[in-house]
Amino acid sequence: MIAKLTWRNLWRNRRRTLITMSSVTFAVFLAILMQSFQKGIFDNLVNNVVSFYYGYIQVHKQGYWNEQVLDNSFFYDDSLVMKLSGNPDIKGITPRIETFLLASVGNTTKGCMLVGTDPVKENLLTGLEAKIVEGKYFTNNEQAVLIAEGLAGKLKLSVDDTIILFGQGYHGAMAAAKYPVRGIVHFGSPALNDGLLYLPLTQAQFFLSAENMLTSLAVGIHEPEKMPAIQQQLLSVMGKSYEVMNWKELMPDIANHIKADGSSFYIFTGILYLIIAFGIFGTILMMTAERQYEFGMLIAIGMKKISLGKMLLFETLLITLLGVILGLLISLPFVFYFDKTPLRITGKMAEAYERFGFEALFPAAVNSSIFITQSLIVLVIAFLIGLYPLWHVSTINPVLAMKK
Amino acid sequence: MNNTVIDAHNLTRIYDENTIPVYALNSVHLHITKGEFTAIKGPSGSGKTTLLNMLGGLDEPTEGYVNINGTNITQLKGNKLIDFRLNNIGFVFQSYNLIPVLTAQENIEFIMLLQKRPKAEREQRVTELLKEVGLIEKAGKRPGELSGGQQQRVAVARALAPKPQFILADEPTANLDSVSAGNLLDIMAKLNREEKMTFIFSTHDQRVIDRARRVITLEDGKIVSDTTPAPLVHTNS
Repeated sequence: MIAKLTWRNLWRNRRRTLITMSSVTFAVFLAILMQSFQKGIFDNLVNNVVSFYYGYIQVHKQGYWNEQVLDNSFFYDDSLVMKLSGNPDIKGITPRIETFLLASVGNTTKGCMLVGTDPVKENLLTGLEAKIVEGKYFTNNEQAVLIAEGLAGKLKLSVDDTIILFGQGYHGAMAAAKYPVRGIVHFGSPALNDGLLYLPLTQAQFFLSAENMLTSLAVGIHEPEKMPAIQQQLLSVMGKSYEVMNWKELMPDIANHIKADGSSFYIFTGILYLIIAFGIFGTILMMTAERQYEFGMLIAIGMKKISLGKMLLFETLLITLLGVILGLLISLPFVFYFDKTPLRITGKMAEAYERFGFEALFPAAVNSSIFITQSLIVLVIAFLIGLYPLWHVSTINPVLAMKK
Repeated sequence: MNNTVIDAHNLTRIYDENTIPVYALNSVHLHITKGEFTAIKGPSGSGKTTLLNMLGGLDEPTEGYVNINGTNITQLKGNKLIDFRLNNIGFVFQSYNLIPVLTAQENIEFIMLLQKRPKAEREQRVTELLKEVGLIEKAGKRPGELSGGQQQRVAVARALAPKPQFILADEPTANLDSVSAGNLLDIMAKLNREEKMTFIFSTHDQRVIDRARRVITLEDGKIVSDTTPAPLVHTNS
């Protein structure tokens, strides 16, 4: 009967209950949508920029990242691979030699980054073959390049056209060669899409006069959450001659952006929750004030204060729970829709995102923890507010409460 | 055999003790035995409600004590006092007596639920009581769907439900028309006569005073008269 009483009490003032419930629903909906978008956007960003090229962790010769020149490359042999491949959390390791050089076609010359990589391992780590939009993937020892779509566009290159590369090789050696374009690849990140050029590893090493030398080992991992632990393991295995950096250290701008955006999200949801908290509190305050006489009467006839307080707490939780459930139900289709059909931003805002190396695509992440966390936060707020009537009831004097 | 239900000794209630003391009750001695049908009358501010509140354990005396069936309720605090009220004292208030979202039947059952009585027993007692107050056909109605008199009859049934030692009724007829008031008094008189239920009223209402077998008059917090008029003869309003 207490449950029945609690339920019916909720609907004494139907309009007020519906308004309170709607505000909770709206808060949960907004918070879930915001966090799903935030996570979706960041996941997409990390996917675009990190797992599409950099890998979650990179190993370099000590000092390479501060001075990214070929002379800071390291000798690559099987013992090095053995050190790394024993870790079951590592998905794959891609050896690379990277350098900046000039690419020229006719009268057009553009700066680009040459990446010499093992075609098979690169494909396993970053799925490079799937990014081919024209032409085909290259093989080991093939004397041909893959070029990023944006760069190809700037150089007006098509598949089977020839590109001339020139720059500086290992220890100041002159590097110049021409290669046919085997395929054109598309990257989500404009920064990568406008500047990358791939050669098979051995070809690149030969071209740069850097046989068996590497500038980096890109490490792919199965579970991004384990990145700090894997980084620590690698640090101890590789020793002080090498630097082991995670993607946040490799791209601090992006990591900082995610952090800053995360903070603004917390501030915004904090304000949202504060508004909701006041909304619920207002309802509870009115409810307790209106039913003062009744509380006095119930205590007078023999209802324990703690039982009355619990009943009021349940009323608060129930009204919130209904709002939360409604918020969850409404947000689900939106989150699923925007997961499958991400928002594509255009115009100046898109340009701003692209300048940061973001793909201006806003997908929503479908993640059960977001739904659970947001619901729990609102319920905890309601519980804390529900403690007010509990306290209020404990102070009621039935005689005073029943005085009009 | 000791038939004493209430023994109130030297009950004194002083408001604003630290400034100008106001004596709501001043050294009241009262002795109520089982089966009494007592009206406490007096002008407004004479201390009727204060006395009733003290007899019901709702208010604490500044001095004195209330003994109910051998228990000094003045010394009971918190949940012990609430439990004592639940199991020993029935209350009928002037108005707004019932829980508005529960039906008549549920209002009566609710108090037995607080006593943790088994469902079957509760249901049987609710039926008995609704028959007793003549509202069995209104069992499923909420207070808002009942007249003032019917609501007070449900309140009487609820007060009786936990099988209390006595019932305190604070101006129970104040908001009722004469027919409803008469019906209510008939029911209470019948319960008093047939079940020896003790009733103590605080009232201004002459209809109640006329039906009472003991009339206590309060003035300025003191008992100025305590009379036992002719035995109750009315059975109808």
